Amino acid sequence: MVPLSWYIILSAVVFSIGVLGFLMRRNLIMVFLSIELMLNSINISLAAFSHYLQSITGQIMVFLVITVAAAEAAIGLAILMAYYKNNPTIKADEINLLKG
Amino acid sequence: MTLPQIFFAYFAVSITGLSLLVVTRKNPVHGVLWMLVLFVHIAMLYLFLNAEFLAAIQIIIYAGAILVLFLFVVMLLNLRAEERERRFQWSWPVGLVAAGGYAVSLIFILVKITVFPQPGHYTIEKMQSEGNLMIIGRVLYTKYLLPFEITSLILLVAIIGAVVLTKKRHE
Repeated sequence: MVPLSWYIILSAVVFSIGVLGFLMRRNLIMVFLSIELMLNSINISLAAFSHYLQSITGQIMVFLVITVAAAEAAIGLAILMAYYKNNPTIKADEINLLKG
Repeated sequence: MTLPQIFFAYFAVSITGLSLLVVTRKNPVHGVLWMLVLFVHIAMLYLFLNAEFLAAIQIIIYAGAILVLFLFVVMLLNLRAEERERRFQWSWPVGLVAAGGYAVSLIFILVKITVFPQPGHYTIEKMQSEGNLMIIGRVLYTKYLLPFEITSLILLVAIIGAVVLTKKRHE
């Protein structure tokens, strides 16, 4: 039997790698991909809790999180396209219209 | 180590390695394709946790819909010139320290955590006799009906928002 804490620690490590990518990358597409990575790590921990607590609620939560992730990716990439039409760059450190 | 633990060790090592590959590849297409392999591994981990429905929607929605959307945007933006530049921001050591400290503190907290409330009544035997999809469907349409409806509203907002954001303006 695999202990529950192994799953939770795997989830924490993958979440931290997602945070790392979010803070380090310049390409905004990769920043969005890091956000998807973080959502996936949360899904792992929710599914593990669902299995070990013998409850179905965790799996329902994963279902809802996947839906929100799909909506987030669609809206985020649409914002990216709209920005690229005005200023042709998607580098995170060169987008500074609101910097003042 | 028992057999399930060896399986879990394989999945843990490969998921960690693949996510490091995803966040460090220079070409966004390579990052997205490594993400595809990562999603297949996560789907197998769901099978390991007796969540067949989640494994199926992980493949269908994440690998089939979201990653294809990412690939489309990479194709439309035409980033040939940007690929030759540096891939990290100048402030990347700050991000490394922040994420590393975050990981270490999370692990220190999580190895000590011992919260374990009363187990519920959806045991593995019940899941196998009734079917995972049947149980999820019944609970989703009775106990969690309101969150399910709100989810459909979120999807509607996403559809309308994506169309409004990307359409041409007529002055």
